[in-house]
Amino acid sequence: MSAKVPGTVPLAERQAPPMGGFNLTFLSIEVRRLVRNRRTVMVTLVVPVVLFLLFKANRRSGALEGIGFTAGATMIGIAVYGAMLAATSGGAMVSIERAQGWSRQLRLTPLRPAAYIAIKILVAMLLGLTSVTVVYIFGAIDGVQMAPSTWVLTGILAWAASLVFASFGLFMGYLLPSENVMQIISPVLGVFSLLGGLFIPIGLLPSIMQDIAPFMPTYGVASIARYPLVGGSFDPTWLLSVVLWTAGFAAAAMILFRRDTRRA
Amino acid sequence: MADEPGSAAAIDLHNVHRTFGAIRAVDGIDLHLELGEIAALLGPNGAGKTTTIDMILGLGRPDQGSVSVLGMSPSAAVSRGLVSAVMQTGGLLKDLTVRETVRLTASLYAEPRPVDDVLDRAGITHLANRLVGKCSGGEQQRVRFALALLPDPALMALDEPTAGMDVEGRRDFWSAIRSDAERGRTVLFATHYLEEADAYADRIILLRQGRIVADGTAAEVRSLSSGRSVRASLAEADKRTLSSLPGVRSVEIRGDRVLIQTMDSDAVARYLLTATAAHDVEIVAHNLEDAFLALTSDEPAPAVESRAADGSAA
Repeated sequence: MSAKVPGTVPLAERQAPPMGGFNLTFLSIEVRRLVRNRRTVMVTLVVPVVLFLLFKANRRSGALEGIGFTAGATMIGIAVYGAMLAATSGGAMVSIERAQGWSRQLRLTPLRPAAYIAIKILVAMLLGLTSVTVVYIFGAIDGVQMAPSTWVLTGILAWAASLVFASFGLFMGYLLPSENVMQIISPVLGVFSLLGGLFIPIGLLPSIMQDIAPFMPTYGVASIARYPLVGGSFDPTWLLSVVLWTAGFAAAAMILFRRDTRRA
Repeated sequence: MADEPGSAAAIDLHNVHRTFGAIRAVDGIDLHLELGEIAALLGPNGAGKTTTIDMILGLGRPDQGSVSVLGMSPSAAVSRGLVSAVMQTGGLLKDLTVRETVRLTASLYAEPRPVDDVLDRAGITHLANRLVGKCSGGEQQRVRFALALLPDPALMALDEPTAGMDVEGRRDFWSAIRSDAERGRTVLFATHYLEEADAYADRIILLRQGRIVADGTAAEVRSLSSGRSVRASLAEADKRTLSSLPGVRSVEIRGDRVLIQTMDSDAVARYLLTATAAHDVEIVAHNLEDAFLALTSDEPAPAVESRAADGSAA
């Protein structure tokens, strides 16, 4: 019987790959793909820096410093924005893969959906980390003053934001069957950022927007990221916001993913 | 012995049904494919070829019936690299090179064949560093073929693999498949090209409206068409008597016209003219193309179905 079957590995000994197909070759090729997509990289690295320089001019007027919104607080807000932008575009790459039929091609391989999602989130988080790092480097050059531990802690917390938005990006990637998914998402991210208090203090917003602010997915993340710098009392609803939004986006992405694979 | 994957059939479909809304894409298919067979699923568009292959690959589930591949579920077979496929619609990433695409896919298997080996077999070594988006349709199809070779599968399914290729591309593609299959791989391919099934398959499974209407070697299927059809006007024709005449494969009655497919048109004509009131008798010979059209037309299924489908038609 074995003579009729090709290959060096007998049928009965064939195995599925470990970890559902998750591996570093896959990850490194995915990262290379991302880097090759210059527009995504430019947008996620350059836009936050441009914003940072813009708000620097704003700070010189003293308007924000007066109410305790320091250069550090601005920098952290913009780092969260960068992480959000990066992670969302990383996650949203699935829409391109769906449009090109790659998702279907992958279903003919041993790759498990969970391993695929893990790779996508990792790539998105890596891009998010790069974005946070670039913003912080510009902050340091610009003379932002914080304790070394505060630099590290706020940086890590701002980066953690990318997990929420990697899920958001995946959700959007499965929702929108478009190759230009980021052009649709960008305005949404703008609203999240503004109302979530990333750029300007929530106290400066009109009162109706102040009421909405705590319900933005950015609100909890930004508040937690700034906590090591600002201090004061820790509001548990921040954490609740992060957990609920991450779970919500991830669940929505999972539901759409299932729908996608069932359609076959 | 029966529990070993190696001793199981390559494909076992039992009474498989699959509907999409009101459309019965697959309407009761039984198919048994042994290891080492090279079989064609032949049929017009909409006959259920793609739906059948999708279920064999685990891309779709049957509403009813069972699908087993190498003695296990399709998804288990896919995850072990025992089954791979070249699909009509499966996309490739335009922003990866050919080599990166193959390397990435290789990384997903437990024990893939070497990337260079696979590129060579698919005849795309010279394209290795080209972006997939810059490859022609035929070249991309070879990339898909290379990906399908990676796990060194026991069964390879191909869904209209040469659609959109020119004549030369088609011939090169098939010679690559054929030389690969000589090593004992089981191959199931869907096609709507009669000549492709005839030239490359040892066995032809003819599908129509989600059912198997003929199944046999190319020669057997060809012989289905070697008979003639006899038409006549005959009021109140007795289908059973006509069906029992020697050589008759099918009898179709539409109003007072009868259409009889037979291997012995003389006997049918003699009977009609001597024992019945039939008139306007016509005898028409048909070729392979006619048989294909007759067996796969959208008209109600002729009686040939049941007999041809169990392989005793020849």
